[in-house]
Amino acid sequence: MTVGENGNPDVRLVDVTKRFDDVVAVDRLSLEIEHGSFYALLGPSGCGKTTTLRMIGGFEQPTEGEIYLGDAEVSSLPAYKRDVNTVFQSYALFPHLSIFENVAFGLRRRSIRGQTLTGQVNEILRLVGLEGMGKRKPSQLSGGQQQRVALARALVNKPRVLLLDEPLGALDLKLRKQMQLELKGIQHDIDITFVHVTHDQEEAMTMADKIAVMNHGRIEQLGTPTELYETPATAFVAGFLGVSNLIPGTVSSSDTVQLRRGPEVRVRPEALQGRTGEVAVGIRPEKIALGEGQSNTLDGTIVEEAYVGVATQYIVETACGRLTVYRQNASPGLNGASPGQRLTLSWSPDSTFVVDSLEGPE
Amino acid sequence: MSTAAAAEQRLHSNALSSAWEFVKHHVLTVYALLAFIYLMLPIGIVIAFSFNDPKGRFNYVWSGFTLDNWKNWDGVPGLRSAMVLSLEIALIASLIATALGTLIALALVRYGFRGRGVTNFLIFLPLSTPEIVLGASLLTLFLNLTIVFGFWTILIAHVMFCISFAVVTVKARLIGFDRHLEEAAMDLGANEWATFRRVTLPLIAPALLAALLLCFAISIDDFVVTYFNAGPRTTFPLFVWGAARVGAPPQVNVIGTVIFSVAVIGMVANVLVQMRRERFAAAAD
Repeated sequence: MTVGENGNPDVRLVDVTKRFDDVVAVDRLSLEIEHGSFYALLGPSGCGKTTTLRMIGGFEQPTEGEIYLGDAEVSSLPAYKRDVNTVFQSYALFPHLSIFENVAFGLRRRSIRGQTLTGQVNEILRLVGLEGMGKRKPSQLSGGQQQRVALARALVNKPRVLLLDEPLGALDLKLRKQMQLELKGIQHDIDITFVHVTHDQEEAMTMADKIAVMNHGRIEQLGTPTELYETPATAFVAGFLGVSNLIPGTVSSSDTVQLRRGPEVRVRPEALQGRTGEVAVGIRPEKIALGEGQSNTLDGTIVEEAYVGVATQYIVETACGRLTVYRQNASPGLNGASPGQRLTLSWSPDSTFVVDSLEGPE
Repeated sequence: MSTAAAAEQRLHSNALSSAWEFVKHHVLTVYALLAFIYLMLPIGIVIAFSFNDPKGRFNYVWSGFTLDNWKNWDGVPGLRSAMVLSLEIALIASLIATALGTLIALALVRYGFRGRGVTNFLIFLPLSTPEIVLGASLLTLFLNLTIVFGFWTILIAHVMFCISFAVVTVKARLIGFDRHLEEAAMDLGANEWATFRRVTLPLIAPALLAALLLCFAISIDDFVVTYFNAGPRTTFPLFVWGAARVGAPPQVNVIGTVIFSVAVIGMVANVLVQMRRERFAAAAD
């Protein structure tokens, strides 16, 4: 059950490519998913994340490459011979079967009967908070309840890996937030590896310990939510996870970058990672202070101000273009800065990251 | 202009407009009623004349009520065996046609294969070809193959024209079918056969039932194609045709009434079951 058994990760993809006719959906993708982790595949639609998940589940065969579950090479095995279960985006509950029979479906296929079956089904229904709903039909449940049934139906089989394909996509915002935390809690309790596909960066960051950001069938960057947010490796990642200010410039020394139409700014030497020539410097909006105080500075004029509750968002026109700045509304009342005002922005070299060039996400 | 004249005028226009309102509200009802009568009158006459006590061989003039025709429903020589043959053919043909039609529909909806477009076209062909052409060409085929006419040629002919209806009915259901349901079944450990039996089949069962009933109805009623290919055998429609030339026994009306009643009872039962199911679903909520 654990990694110690054989040392192999639960899921391993080696140079997996999937082509649909001429379209390359997944392009020589390799990844390893450790036992017990909550792993998110994050990316825009068409980035290949769902195809990757479907190949792990056995609904698509890779054109090239191998897929391992634990030690076993499963690339050519059908879905019903793989020790994984899936929560589908549409839930795919069997409309002709009761909730109980939906959940019991996998157990019955493994010839589990009688008391054992009833016990396991009721236990998992209790876990997802649907005790006593067994007799109902899927159509009599709300979207959130159907989602829980889909989860229970997969989890009751105690798979090696649980695959979740945009499981919360159909729920409203409030329910989605609640389910995010619940899913995380359930995953923690039952110690099963979760692989979660989503296009919602906030959802991925809330739930996953590891996120693979995908674009054009490849992994752009792999890391923890903190790593991805604080030190995005590419402009795409910087733009896909949250808001970034990206300013073009040229590397001028081992810890400085000359902005194209602005001053020279300092960065951490690690952030450069040996880059030379044209780069882009990135700063998250909440890491920029209105006023001096940090070693990197840039002058500008406030052109827009928007109060959004927890923070106030400012758009500041500078020599390097418009920057977005968030200031937390820690004390009541407005922050005193208003459109038209000239000021100096400053930020720390520690919160400055560097990416290759300025292609940006589409 | 006095107030009384004005009031009268208002009253007049009120009466006019309420008459107009009445027509506007009921014109559709009247129209629907007329259309309904137009459809139902012939059936009503068939039913009524099953209770007729005809003076002579022709059951065309009302001459008194009797239950004799119903008591003696098989009192006409050949009627019973024709009816039995029709039922046998209809039952077997609809079963075979539905089974084959379901498989064809699955192939047409699920798989892209060479010749799919042609197959789709060929399936529609019997629906749009005049029956007389179908019957005549089958006759030519059987003659050329020197097949003995009888039960089997009737059965083959009926399966042939029923298949198209079965395919069209099942296809409609399959097109709206969520393929994720089958993937979910496989994901939960069901192999192809278990997936078909536990998920696909129960979900398309209503379409299969519809196809069965449709094929049964079309088969039991077919005259033209059967006439060409029956050889020495006589189905119920052939019997009626033959009987009508020498006289029209009221027992034909009896059988007609029974077939019609079975269809109506079936439909009413279906509506009742649906209503009950809805009420049950609402109550469970």
